[in-house]
Amino acid sequence: MTQLKVDGREVEVPDHFTLLQACEEAGAEIPRFCFHERLSIAGNCRMCLVEVKGGPPKPAASCAMGVKDLRKGPNGELPEVFTTTPMVKKAREGVMEFLLINHPLDCPICDQGGECDLQDQAMAYGVDSSRYVENKRAVEDKYIGPLVKTIMTRCIHCTRCVRFTTEVAGISELGLVGRGEDAEITTYLEQAMTSELQGNVIDLCPVGALTSRPYAFQARPWELTKTETIDVMDAVGSGIRVDTRGREVMRILPRTNEAVNEEWISDKTRFVWDGLRVQRLDKPYVRKDGRLQPASWPEAFAAVKAQLDSTDPSKVGAIAGDLSAVEDMWAMKRLMGEIGSPNIDCRQDGSISHPADGRASYIFNTTIAGIEDADALLIIGANPRFEASLLNARIRKRWRMDNFPIGVVGENTDLRYDYTYLGAGTDTLSDIEGASQGFFEALKGAERPMIIVGQGALSGRNGSAILASAAALAREIGAVTDSWNGFNVMQTAASRVGGLDIGFVPGEGGHTAGEMVSGGVDLLFNMGADEIDIPEGPFVVYMGSHGDKGASRADVILPTAAYTEKSGTYVNLEGRAQVASRASFPPGEAKEDWAVIRALSAVIGRQLPFDSLMQLRKELYAEHGFMRTDAIVPAEPGAITSLADRAEKLQSMPLTSNVTDFYLTNPIARASKVMAECSRLASQAHLEAAE
Amino acid sequence: MLADKDRIFTNIYGLRDKSLKAAMKRGHFDGTKEIVEKGRDWIINEMKASGLRGRGGAGFPTGLKWSFMPKESAGRPHYLVVNADESEPGTCKDREIMRNDPFTLIEGCLIAGFAMGAHTAYIYIRGEYIREREALQKAVDECYEEGLLGADNKCGWDFDIVVHHGAGAYICGEETALLESLEGKKGQPRLKPPFPANVGLYGCPTTVNNVESIAVAPTILRRGAGWFAGIGRENNTGTKLFCISGHVEQPCTVEEAMSISFRELIDKHCGGVRGGWDNLLAVIPGGSSVPLVPAKDIIDAPMDFDGLKDIKTSLGTAAVIVMDKSTDIVKAIARISYFYKHESCGQCTPCREGTGWMWRVMERMVVGNAKKSEIDMLLQVTKQVEGHTICALGDAAAWPIQGLMRHFRPEIERRIDEFSRNADLDRPHLVAAE
Repeated sequence: MTQLKVDGREVEVPDHFTLLQACEEAGAEIPRFCFHERLSIAGNCRMCLVEVKGGPPKPAASCAMGVKDLRKGPNGELPEVFTTTPMVKKAREGVMEFLLINHPLDCPICDQGGECDLQDQAMAYGVDSSRYVENKRAVEDKYIGPLVKTIMTRCIHCTRCVRFTTEVAGISELGLVGRGEDAEITTYLEQAMTSELQGNVIDLCPVGALTSRPYAFQARPWELTKTETIDVMDAVGSGIRVDTRGREVMRILPRTNEAVNEEWISDKTRFVWDGLRVQRLDKPYVRKDGRLQPASWPEAFAAVKAQLDSTDPSKVGAIAGDLSAVEDMWAMKRLMGEIGSPNIDCRQDGSISHPADGRASYIFNTTIAGIEDADALLIIGANPRFEASLLNARIRKRWRMDNFPIGVVGENTDLRYDYTYLGAGTDTLSDIEGASQGFFEALKGAERPMIIVGQGALSGRNGSAILASAAALAREIGAVTDSWNGFNVMQTAASRVGGLDIGFVPGEGGHTAGEMVSGGVDLLFNMGADEIDIPEGPFVVYMGSHGDKGASRADVILPTAAYTEKSGTYVNLEGRAQVASRASFPPGEAKEDWAVIRALSAVIGRQLPFDSLMQLRKELYAEHGFMRTDAIVPAEPGAITSLADRAEKLQSMPLTSNVTDFYLTNPIARASKVMAECSRLASQAHLEAAE
Repeated sequence: MLADKDRIFTNIYGLRDKSLKAAMKRGHFDGTKEIVEKGRDWIINEMKASGLRGRGGAGFPTGLKWSFMPKESAGRPHYLVVNADESEPGTCKDREIMRNDPFTLIEGCLIAGFAMGAHTAYIYIRGEYIREREALQKAVDECYEEGLLGADNKCGWDFDIVVHHGAGAYICGEETALLESLEGKKGQPRLKPPFPANVGLYGCPTTVNNVESIAVAPTILRRGAGWFAGIGRENNTGTKLFCISGHVEQPCTVEEAMSISFRELIDKHCGGVRGGWDNLLAVIPGGSSVPLVPAKDIIDAPMDFDGLKDIKTSLGTAAVIVMDKSTDIVKAIARISYFYKHESCGQCTPCREGTGWMWRVMERMVVGNAKKSEIDMLLQVTKQVEGHTICALGDAAAWPIQGLMRHFRPEIERRIDEFSRNADLDRPHLVAAE
């Protein structure tokens, strides 16, 4: 710890603190543009200048100077820092004047207006008039992709965006070209950025130089209603803030959650909102004469009842999609129980994750924050960059800290960090040592090694064997100890862990999702499972929000709410239960899923015992208490040992990720124009690379 | 005047044979091994005793700088980096050393490298210096052939020299920007601390020295610190290469004793000021970045660090730019402002925005198209830049303007008056309505 005085107040701070942090600790506010807690220090905006006693007779950049660099006075007095002296005030005014001389006065038409660091700090630290009478600089706008709009004249060259892409996103796509007052931020030859995290530069930009292209000129921040909720685009469960105006979602921003997404979100999370406006199912439909015809709720329910009455309970089934909340699945599970059918499944992709194997067998036991404590990593059949972008960012963060050997079995793709490529499939998995002696020894020698198994590896016929041999490998390298659980399964669907937790899997004699669609059932409730093909045969009741593949195959459509339009619990891949809040209302006659199920249950004469979401949750919490909090209850690691005992010889097959197109993984994203454009660009880049 | 026997650079004009053999005949590489054998501490103490101050502009004592290097290597290699990115307008001393007397530098590198525990030296040459690089590279090659460099050389200290060619940016003469450039990155100064002696090239302890500082070291150690300290005056010892350009009869680069008076320097070596001493207007005594001084202040001033500090300027690189009364002094400084605007790296705000602003106001002042209040505003702007930047380029851009305002404010006011008076002339006169 180091002691120092800030404006006469004594504080004691850790040795690694910078002056800026020490001043904040002492309660002094330091303006800044280039400094950001999660990025490297650039020290170039010069806004954070402070006076250091006994130093050279000029102000020091507080963001770049460590408290350890301060010298004590001649008689051992504490080093002193001042933040309110005339020297500091003059320095700040000077820097602010320089920043503003070439900054356009276009705040009235700037999307950053109202949430602009430069605006705020100019109010607080600037002077009221300008002395600059020369012509202002104008900079050509750059095309850097369909997501980020540039108005480069506004740029103040803080280089936060450059540092973000280089350090966090892991690809040097943005850079400062030119020098002096001609320096400009751009991508190489104005190519579109390719990072899945690029949208974060919009939040990082302290001025309006980088703004959201889809949101351009749509709304002002002060007219938006802000709702803090949870993202469902992947299983990470990022904290988000949904900004709405009236019924419409205008934009989605990240919400800081150190344990999950820090303060970043992926582009799919951020820009999917235009998909919430189109392709919506806003009234019930019933198929008559081979065509889906609009119907009223009673008509639709009557059609379901008629079909149900003529179907044997064992031939009724339900599949939960990737975006279903725990409450929805709970209500459906109850309804199927009442009907007397064991055919329920939340694994439309054919994954073999099963609650019977123990919770540790299907969650990310290490936790996302725990990645930073790991010291070696093996990825099996997963592409974390596309399956869980923020988890990948965390792996990269760990990789940047210091030595962190990473090995990959599966696809050899760019993961934004260096890794040892071990092999393509199960043959390699059976013999990691043979694939790379060096990596295997690093893994085995590691104190806290990690294994990540992807859903691509766990889906299909070989899944159980792969899970078992991964568990055996975890045991062999000592990944599971009393104080460390390094065995991780990476789920990709937001609903999956919650579904498995409440046992939304086939009961005794029940059919799996795959069996249900291929003739196992005659009446199928499809809760937004749009990624599974349903051949001719069963009568399908589709409950979902978007007119996607599932809706066009349906015989009855019951419109329900999308994730921003309902309150629901989602358990993320770590097993962290988080409750999403309603930001707006579903369109037209669409209703929340649990309410639809409850209403249907009354129509078919098997009324469920809850009339409100609170009552439903009371029931749910009675059985699964942990859903009440957002803390993680560590899973019993014994499950992994028993899995390991089941290890057998693997059939030879390649392991691939189950996410083929990052931008189009769910019905909301497929409805989004922005995501379609991103997908087009990404596949184009892919084709070019192949040529 | 410096006696010929006391000159360190015996072939600065390239009039004699430039080969290694000839250089050795003139005394270079004489007893290098013995110097090395005397040990690190002896060398550093001797350098300290000689009073040599860095010849790159800032005048930091060289021996002291060498002593900042960690004594033990702690697993990291040490590096010596020689700053041969001589880009300061007016300065042309290092190029003469490199193309005509390169062995002084090479021998200096080896001794300095030994004194700081470095086995490798990088010489970073300015991008425009193509012939200089060729000459230096040839000299380095000759030394390798002769076994004076490389592993197990005759000097008793394994040593390699890499000549690296820059790309011609002024900012790469700033020591940390030079290190960035040398590492293959964009030449932008680093934040200090940490200083290069601790975290320098590739994160290893590094000392960056000017060419001249390194090149004079072998002779100092051969002839003794006392000899060097005996030239010049206290705290400003030794000999120095002066580069005199501008309105003198014979511009030249010459090695002279420190503290020689300006008058003697010009009269002895340059054939006097063009048009006589009465025709002298002002002098920039240390390269474009230092404030100018008017004739009356400089004529009898001693040309050294302290003497010039007393008249509110600086010795800098001893690039003496002499301007007679035919000079448009405002335009001259405006041109210097343009240079700094052009060479600003754009990293930090005050310099990036301030240099352009200063230049634009200066351009208006050249013709007088300004308000008198803008003179004070301009001065304030220079103060807002000075001392607020990451490196010293901001200071360098501010000082020439401050010097101009200090001594030639009446001239600017005169131009402004004249411009306002004439402003009405070409305006159409009101003619009574006919």
